[in-house]
Amino acid sequence: MRYEDDPTTPKGVPRRGQMLFASVFGAFAVFLAVSYPGQTAWVEKTKTAAQPGFWPLIGVGGMVLFTGLHILRLNSRRLRRPDWAEGRRWTGALEFCVWFLAYVFLVPVIGYVFASALFVPALTWRMGYRSGFMLWVSLGFALAVVVVFKAFLEVKIPGGAFYDYFPAALRSFFILNL
Amino acid sequence: MDLILSALEVLARWDVAVALLAGSVGGVLIGAIPGVGPAVAIAILLPATFSLDPIVGLTVLLGIYGSSMYGGAIPAILINTPGTAVNALTTYDGFPMTTRGEARRALSLAYSASFFGGIVSVVALILFAPVLARIAPMFGSREIFLAALLGIILVVIAHRGQTLIAAALASFGIFLNTVGLEPVKYTRRYTFEQSWLAGGIDLIVVVLGLFALSQAFLLLTGEDEKIRMTRLRGGLFQGFRELARHPRVASVSSGFGVMMGMIPGVGEFTAQFLGYTYAQKTSRRPEDFGHGSSEGLIASETANNAVPAAAMVPLLALGIPGEALTAMMLSVFYVHNVVPGPGLFLYQMDFVVALYLALLILNVLVLAFLLGATNQLIKVVKIPNRFLGVCILTLSFVGVYSLRNSATDCAIAAAFGIFGFILKRLFLPIVPIILGMVLGGIMEVKLRSSMNRVKEPLDFIDRPVAFILFCMIVIILALHIRRVWLDARLRKEARWRVAHRATRFGGHLHRRRELIEAKRAKDLRARRAILPRPEKAGD
Repeated sequence: MRYEDDPTTPKGVPRRGQMLFASVFGAFAVFLAVSYPGQTAWVEKTKTAAQPGFWPLIGVGGMVLFTGLHILRLNSRRLRRPDWAEGRRWTGALEFCVWFLAYVFLVPVIGYVFASALFVPALTWRMGYRSGFMLWVSLGFALAVVVVFKAFLEVKIPGGAFYDYFPAALRSFFILNL
Repeated sequence: MDLILSALEVLARWDVAVALLAGSVGGVLIGAIPGVGPAVAIAILLPATFSLDPIVGLTVLLGIYGSSMYGGAIPAILINTPGTAVNALTTYDGFPMTTRGEARRALSLAYSASFFGGIVSVVALILFAPVLARIAPMFGSREIFLAALLGIILVVIAHRGQTLIAAALASFGIFLNTVGLEPVKYTRRYTFEQSWLAGGIDLIVVVLGLFALSQAFLLLTGEDEKIRMTRLRGGLFQGFRELARHPRVASVSSGFGVMMGMIPGVGEFTAQFLGYTYAQKTSRRPEDFGHGSSEGLIASETANNAVPAAAMVPLLALGIPGEALTAMMLSVFYVHNVVPGPGLFLYQMDFVVALYLALLILNVLVLAFLLGATNQLIKVVKIPNRFLGVCILTLSFVGVYSLRNSATDCAIAAAFGIFGFILKRLFLPIVPIILGMVLGGIMEVKLRSSMNRVKEPLDFIDRPVAFILFCMIVIILALHIRRVWLDARLRKEARWRVAHRATRFGGHLHRRRELIEAKRAKDLRARRAILPRPEKAGD
C-alpha cells in the first residue's frame, strides 16, 4: 500500500527520509542495548526499582522495542532514492553547525562583542543579504544582543583574551559589559 | 481576600512590573513572527532568567507563553501562516475573513476571544486554588509517580498515527536523563569513560538544541517567503460586541481550554479541537466553518488562550509539567531551590496566586498593547526567514554558552540541533523527548522512594488517589488499544480497496512493459554471470 493511501498516516507527514531516520535511530538504539552490560551496574541487596541500571533499561528497551515496531509499521521498509536525497538535505544543516561552533570558539579569543560583530554580518552576507541596509541591521542586531544580555541581564560570558591588550580601565569595562 | 492581598504584595515591585511588560510585549512580538514561537524564545531566555528572582523570571517566561498566542493570530489571519503552532486552527476562519476584506474584524474578534479565554481561565483557577490546596497534599511519592506516568502515556498517545515513534522518542528522553553519575549508588551510566558525560546531559542544552538551534537550521536552509500584507484601517474594538453575541461558544471553549490544560500531555490542540467541534455541531450555520465563521474563530482562540494558566496547575501542584514549555519553566524553580509540588500549595499559596494574578494583568497589558499597536506590529511579519535564522543562531549562543561557559555544551546543543532539524523536516514530534527527560527523572526518584513502603505490588495502589490514577492509566491504555485495532481495520480496508482498484488500460500496459523489461534484465544478468547459477530443484 502506498503512503498516501494509508488512512491512519497523519496528513502532511512526508514519506521521504522516514525509513532512513528509523534505521539510523534503530541502529543507535541497538548500539545502546549492546553497550548496556558494560555501561550500567546492578548492585547487590537493592530492589529492582532502585537499581542504577533499571531506568536506563526502561529507556533503551523502549527505544529498541518502539523503533522496531515503528519500522514494521512503516509502509515502505526499503531505502529508496528520495530517502538518500532527504539525507543529503540533512547534511546541508552541518554548514550552519560549523558556523555556530566557529562563533563559540571565537568568543573566548576576540571577545563577545567583536565575535558577534563579525559573526552576524558575515552570516547575513552568506545568506545572500548583501545590501548595505541589511548589513547595518545585522551589525545593529549583534550589538543590541551583546548590550542587552551582557550589560543589562548580566549573563555569564567571559571576556576575550584579546581584551588583555586594552588599557586597564577599558579592559575592565569590556570584561564587565561587552 | 487576604491571599489575594498578599499575592499583590509579591507582585508590587518594579522588577516584576518590568518583567510583566517585557514578557507581554516580547511574547506578542515573538508570536507574530512566523518561525520563532514561544518555545524558541523561552529556551533562549531560560539561562538569562536564572539570575533573576523566581517570581521575576517566571513572570517573563509566563508572559511569553501567555501572550505569544495573541501575536500568533496576526499572521494566521493576515497571511494564512500561523505565528505559533497552536494558531493553525485560526487560519481556517481567520484568513477567509481577510480575503473577504474583513481582516480588521477577524483580528478584533481574535483579540477579544483570546482575552476572554485568558481571563476566564485565570479567574477559574484563582477560585479553584483552595480546592487544589486541599487535593495536592493527597499526592505522595507513588501518586506523583503515577501522575507522571499518566502524563508520559498521554503525550505519546496524543500523537495519533505517530504513537510508536513518539514512544521511542520519549524512551530516548528517559535514557538521556539517566546518562552520567547515578546520584544514589554513585555508579556511572552510559558515560563511555568520557569525563564530559559524567555530569550528565543538561536539559537546557537539549531544549536549546531541539527547539532553538533546530529552528535556526530549518530557517537557514529554507527559502524566504514572499508576503503580501493587508492594510488595516479603523479601530479594533468591535470584536467585543461580536463576542458578546456568542457567550455559549466562548464559555464552553474556554472551559475545554481549562480542563485540557490541567491534564498533563494534552494541551492546546485538543482543547481547540474540542471547542471548534462543539461550536460547529451546535451552530445554526455549520457550513460557514472553515470559510470565515466568527464562531469558529472565537472557539479556537478562546480555547488555546485558556490553556497557559491551566497548564500551570500540574506544574505547581504536583511538579509535573504537561508540555515542553512548562517543562522548561520547571528548571527555573529548581535553580532557585523552589520545589513545585504539594508543599508549594500548602506553604507558599501567595506565590501561586501571585503567578495567576500576573497572568491576569498580563492579559490586560497584551490587549491594550495590541489595540494600540497592531498597525505597527504587523510589520514584523515581513522579517525575512533566513535573517530570522541568523538571529536565532546568535541568540542560541547566549542561551547555551551562558550556562557553564562550556564549548562542549555548545557542541552537544549543536548535535541536538541537527537531530531536531531532522525531526522537524520529517514532522516527527520533539515534545516526547523533553517530557521523557523531565518526567523520567521524576519517575525514577518517586518510584525509588515509594517502593520503600511497598511490600506487595497491590500496596502501590492502596490509597484512593493512587487507585484513581491507576484506573485512569488502565482506561486510557484500553482506549488506545481499541484505537489501534480500529486503525488496523481501516488500513486493512484501504489495502483491499487499493488491491481491487479499477485500473486504466494504460496502467496495464505500463505494468506489462515493466515485467518484460525486468525479465529481460534478469536473463541478461544470468547469461553474463561468471559463475553459473545453481539450478532450482524443480527445473
